[in-house]
Amino acid sequence: MSVIAPNFKFSEFVKAILDNAFWILLIFVLIGLPAVFLILFYIEMPVINGELLTPFLALTWLADPSRTLPILKAFMTTDLFKIAAFPGFGFAALIAAGTIFIERKMLAKLQLRVGPFYCGKFEGILQLMGDGLKLISKEIIIPAKADKPIFWAAPILFVATAAAFVALIPVAPGWVVADVDVGLLAVFAVIGFFPIITILSAWSSNSKYPFIGGIRALHQMVSFEIPLILSLLGVVILTGTLNLSEIVASQSNFPWIIFLPIGAIIFFITILAELERIPFDLPEAESEIVAGWLTEFSGMIYGLVQLGTYLKLYAFAALFVVLFLGGWTGPMIWPPFPEDIITNGIVLGPITAKIPGLPIFSQEMLNGVLWFVIKTMGVIFFILLPRGVFPRIRVDMLLSLGWYKLIGLAFVNIFIALGLLYAGVLGPGGIL
Amino acid sequence: MTKELLPGLALQKVDERIMTLNVGPQHPGSGHMRIIVQIDGDFIVACDPDPGYVHRGEEKMAEYRNYITNIPHLERPVIHDSCNVLYPYVLGVEELLGIEVPERAKYIRVIASELNRCVYTMYWLAIYGIFLGHSTMFMWPAGDRELLIDLLEKMTGARVTHAHFVPGGVRNDLPPNFEDVCLRQVNYFEKRIKEYAAIFYDNPILIARTANTGVLSREDAIRLGTTGSVLRASGVDYDLRKKEPYDVYEELDFQTNVLKEGDSYARSKIPWLDMMESCRIIRHALQKMPKSGSVRVKLKPNPKGKGLNSVYKRVESGRGSLGCYIVSDGKPEPYRVKLSVPSFRNLIALPYLLKGEKLGNMPSVYWSLNYWPVEADR
Repeated sequence: MSVIAPNFKFSEFVKAILDNAFWILLIFVLIGLPAVFLILFYIEMPVINGELLTPFLALTWLADPSRTLPILKAFMTTDLFKIAAFPGFGFAALIAAGTIFIERKMLAKLQLRVGPFYCGKFEGILQLMGDGLKLISKEIIIPAKADKPIFWAAPILFVATAAAFVALIPVAPGWVVADVDVGLLAVFAVIGFFPIITILSAWSSNSKYPFIGGIRALHQMVSFEIPLILSLLGVVILTGTLNLSEIVASQSNFPWIIFLPIGAIIFFITILAELERIPFDLPEAESEIVAGWLTEFSGMIYGLVQLGTYLKLYAFAALFVVLFLGGWTGPMIWPPFPEDIITNGIVLGPITAKIPGLPIFSQEMLNGVLWFVIKTMGVIFFILLPRGVFPRIRVDMLLSLGWYKLIGLAFVNIFIALGLLYAGVLGPGGIL
Repeated sequence: MTKELLPGLALQKVDERIMTLNVGPQHPGSGHMRIIVQIDGDFIVACDPDPGYVHRGEEKMAEYRNYITNIPHLERPVIHDSCNVLYPYVLGVEELLGIEVPERAKYIRVIASELNRCVYTMYWLAIYGIFLGHSTMFMWPAGDRELLIDLLEKMTGARVTHAHFVPGGVRNDLPPNFEDVCLRQVNYFEKRIKEYAAIFYDNPILIARTANTGVLSREDAIRLGTTGSVLRASGVDYDLRKKEPYDVYEELDFQTNVLKEGDSYARSKIPWLDMMESCRIIRHALQKMPKSGSVRVKLKPNPKGKGLNSVYKRVESGRGSLGCYIVSDGKPEPYRVKLSVPSFRNLIALPYLLKGEKLGNMPSVYWSLNYWPVEADR
């Protein structure tokens, strides 16, 4: 009998471990194996050594790590992987989590405090996970007079729309979930959904402060969408395409921000407004209207809206990178994969293992992703920075900024682009 | 049968376009009070401040305690400005009991009261910052305030509720080496608050947002009976430290800050300028203070007032002129203690200022009135 755990018995401890092992095995056999088969069924199986890989064969190869690589590579080219993991939702959620951490620590340093500090051993790095767990465990309270179906649907729609936005962003050459020819038009269409969802959620909660916040959000988003679209027309004029991947490919020599700085500035200001960040956080102005259109949200519904907000932030920053900063283009800084391993194999103790199919990702792709992430984080940093140094502005100031100043400047930007095009300097058939 | 209802409960016939908002008491932008606001679109049609949520009956409590035991609870209305709240009461009791205060105690009182004014103003400024959505302006003053709180802790032993002023002087003498520490920290504090100009007071968004909003003209400021920073922001040079100097203020070198505009921006700038004057006063007082001597006159236990007598004393607190009216009837307890507080006087101007303003201006106009809800309720 120990003091720390007075009821501890070794036999029960062993029994508990064996129980757990039994259940894990049972669940793996009953659910895991069918799931693996289902996934393997949908993967387009590669032909290796003149022999088509069947799911059964693939499963026998699981015993040999070197032979699973072709399966892995085949899985990575599927749409499932693209949507769920790499250029899609998982990657964006990871960057969103990083953004929240950076935002908290950066703002804390600016305001002479430490920020999240205790959760996780290093500088409160697990604080976000703790917050998420708290939000999941909270009760979801719905106002009695709310329009319940819409109130439930709005946060889910919000996240879904943000995820759809993320799907349009090309991260590396060939790595984009939806490579559509009218990519930019699709972006405008997705952005057009946000005000509708916002006003739906605000109105359905049947409460005064969310209603005022929703109306403000509607004003703000609608009046800033016009300069947003106009500011991007310059890029479209010069590239002659709406496909985002082709827009990135057209910037292999120089990014468009060099020739269209006014458009870039307008676009940056409008994304601040679209994201409802300070100084444009009127729909969530705390001291005036509590939390604006988020007032009645609680628990994981609020968590979903926050997730959607940060996905949206990543998508807008990535769009800025794609359109004005040249996307994945940049000097090659990623080290090449050692030829030695491909030809001679790795020596692990007594064994020499030759692994066919390495490297999994090409050097160009990794380098592109690296440049893309660096540029995106830079843009996100500048989106976060105003929160520390600016107060909130007022609705009338916001509207006059959007309708009078930004739209006028956007037209100036378009004239600059047209001038460059007709002078024959840039664009299809230009000198540069 | 018509029954008199509280302002928020009365059913009023209003236009369909007008929405009534109850801002507070559970609202991040209200403080311990409620503002009933009627809005038409984005414009405020009418505004009805409804204080009284933190009424504690301080004045009635004072009638059951003797002159000394009244000290700790009379400072409760504004614990951040506790020395200044207590100041008129202590001055009044001294006059009632006929006590002469030692010279060193007067200087210590002035230093403590100026430090307290800065502590209060920093707290007020922090909330003003967060009301305008400027989170850095919330964190910086709240952090820099600690410098002066540490000084006051060294001086009085408590961080906020000091209970340091007593009839006949101050409770304790200064700790050894206090002058040097005080001078160093006050100099650093002044350097810090000058940095606020770059991030807050010179910020173009702040100026565009608060200038020309909630304009209180000079005549209206006098007519509505506002005091302190609100009055001085409207162009009236009225500071009790100059007009009716108490203790040693007439021997000290300082000036009052007056601005002509009378808008939210000027009202928010005056307390900040006053803090720099406070630093000057503290430095000068530390210079002129007698280096040794008594700080407290010994009183008889349970002192009594002389017959039926009354006295009214007032001081310039962090919010404006704060008066205390004491009536004694020869017993150990005061017959009546009446606090005339600046917060309530400034709150009177709120409905006049908010009428016709935009809803987005409500927090800045409301908090620029230098209003402390707990003090108004007493």
